[in-house]
Amino acid sequence: MSEMRFREAIRTAIAEEMERDGSVFMMGEEIGQYQGAYKVTEGLLDRFGEKRIIDTPIAEAGFAGIGIGAAMVGLRPIVEFMTWNFSAVAFDQILNNAAKMRQMSGGQLEVPIVFRGPNASARQVGSQHSHAMEHFYTHIPGVKVVAPSSCADAKGLLKTAIRDDNPVLYLESETLYSLKGDVPDDEDYTVPFGLGRVVREGADVTIISYSRIVHVAMEAAEALAKEGIEAEIIDLRSLRPLDEDLILQSVAKTHRAVVAYEGWPYGGVGAEIVDRIQRLAFDELDAPVLRVTTLDYPMPYNAALEQHCIPQAPRIVEAAKKVSYRE
Amino acid sequence: MNERELAIDMYRQMKLIRRFEEESARAYSMGKIGGFLHLYIGQESVAVGANAAIRPDDYTMTTYRDHGLALARGMTSRAAMAELFGKETGCSKGLGGSMHFFDVENHMYGGHGIVGGHMPLAAGMAFAAKYRGEDRVALVFYGEGASSIGATHEAMSLAALWKLPCIFICENNEYAMGTSLERSLSLTDISRKADAYGMAKDRFVADDVFMVRDRIAAAVKRARSGEGPTLIEVRTYRFRGHSMSDPAKYRTKDEVDDAKQRDALYRVQRQLEEDGAKAELEKIDAAVEDEVQDAIKFADESADPGPDLLAPTTYKGDFAR
Repeated sequence: MSEMRFREAIRTAIAEEMERDGSVFMMGEEIGQYQGAYKVTEGLLDRFGEKRIIDTPIAEAGFAGIGIGAAMVGLRPIVEFMTWNFSAVAFDQILNNAAKMRQMSGGQLEVPIVFRGPNASARQVGSQHSHAMEHFYTHIPGVKVVAPSSCADAKGLLKTAIRDDNPVLYLESETLYSLKGDVPDDEDYTVPFGLGRVVREGADVTIISYSRIVHVAMEAAEALAKEGIEAEIIDLRSLRPLDEDLILQSVAKTHRAVVAYEGWPYGGVGAEIVDRIQRLAFDELDAPVLRVTTLDYPMPYNAALEQHCIPQAPRIVEAAKKVSYRE
Repeated sequence: MNERELAIDMYRQMKLIRRFEEESARAYSMGKIGGFLHLYIGQESVAVGANAAIRPDDYTMTTYRDHGLALARGMTSRAAMAELFGKETGCSKGLGGSMHFFDVENHMYGGHGIVGGHMPLAAGMAFAAKYRGEDRVALVFYGEGASSIGATHEAMSLAALWKLPCIFICENNEYAMGTSLERSLSLTDISRKADAYGMAKDRFVADDVFMVRDRIAAAVKRARSGEGPTLIEVRTYRFRGHSMSDPAKYRTKDEVDDAKQRDALYRVQRQLEEDGAKAELEKIDAAVEDEVQDAIKFADESADPGPDLLAPTTYKGDFAR
């Protein structure tokens, strides 16, 4: 076990997999000479050379598509989006090529590619740079979507992603890059997809979350504990596939649930989770399931307004109390 | 194969594509084929000439007008027709349809439905060849209508920057669906787009299948020797509408008749007949008829794919839900 930052855990996973498998390479904007816009790829160019750490021009559709084409004939690309916001201009490549190639070829092709980069809000980067893109992508059959909240999972999930034979979308958070945590040294440390993790046990209410908001939910749980409400917090880790069993087990215990995440309230990952709970655990529920989301506006620049829009611990506390009828 | 044998073989391929598609159109009108059906009739010399310029292990991909390239690459008529009929014996197991012909064994990587969306994929295959130190090339076909869309430019820009062994073949058939060249592009010499990327270029009319082969072969040679990509504008013409539902009212009968006078299939046929191959061609024609009729019978009698096929073709391994 080594203590390292979240960005180092990602880098370790990339480097270990590149050492292990010569067909793994990485491409993206400013990942090489510049050492990564967020220093995730720092040192990788020196270590692996420009054949395998490839700086691209600003052409997301082009290099996402090149990655997919290379994966169709057996390479295992890791494509970095400087932020997931910019994947919108490569959306057609992910939706129509990465996700559908296997099915429309009658199963002849595999697309073992990883797309990764920071997702959702950062700090005052405005409306075009603050998207939570998982809500668009989890909709698509043919891709897998994961979003770690801890350093250990950052490494383990990325290694699983690189070894997966399907397209995997791996979502980070700019605000987690400096987080420190223990990370297993094992070069075969992988975290299987579709398994969430209970990060805090509690009997009174289940808070389901992922990525950065897991940490906000932990803050909320401490506040709730002071009021005598013990929250159980689930970190989903993987959004597609989703750990339905873990969610249902927890709801069967607490009978109340709140889903907290970044992204707008209309549809999305949270709505999917609420649907599954009401459909599969209707008799267990003592209250309607509530969601704590980003407010339904494009993200404002103003610092106070931005914080107003992003899910905060007090809003999670309020929702947890509401489903507990403790307002 | 000497040049005469090759001429006969290319005639056979062009004739097969022509007859395969004429019978497809008939089957479509009988309701045996659903969705869209985009015919390649009139453009056969491009796919056939290009195929003669490359090796079997080179990568190829094209647009939704894909029957010609698939057959030229060696897909069986049975697998092709069964795909049109949506049957499990089809090249893509009936899941792709007319627009998504795939035959990985013959290095035919689709069949793509989004205009320009496949261009970066071909550059990616060329990238893989270069990454592995192989001397394979990737050929990607697109219509002149795809000249205006972003993915086309990004693919060319990156392919030229990284000197990828990729040959971009613009099949300029003069109409992007119903919009003529003049109405869709400010610069109607499409090959000049190559200048913007510092890429080699070529431009010619596809009347002569041997010329198509030779000119594409020159680009392939450059790509194999590490000199990077080429943009080739091949001027051709589709005799039918954009798809089966298109009455092609945007062009005159005279224009179409004029184009048919320059039909590359008849040109090679006339040359071979003058060369004393009439009897051979008659034999080929008969074999082509048998092959197409057999393909239709095969497609008709094949089973529909079942729902069990859907999950394993969506994900490899466990389904992610």
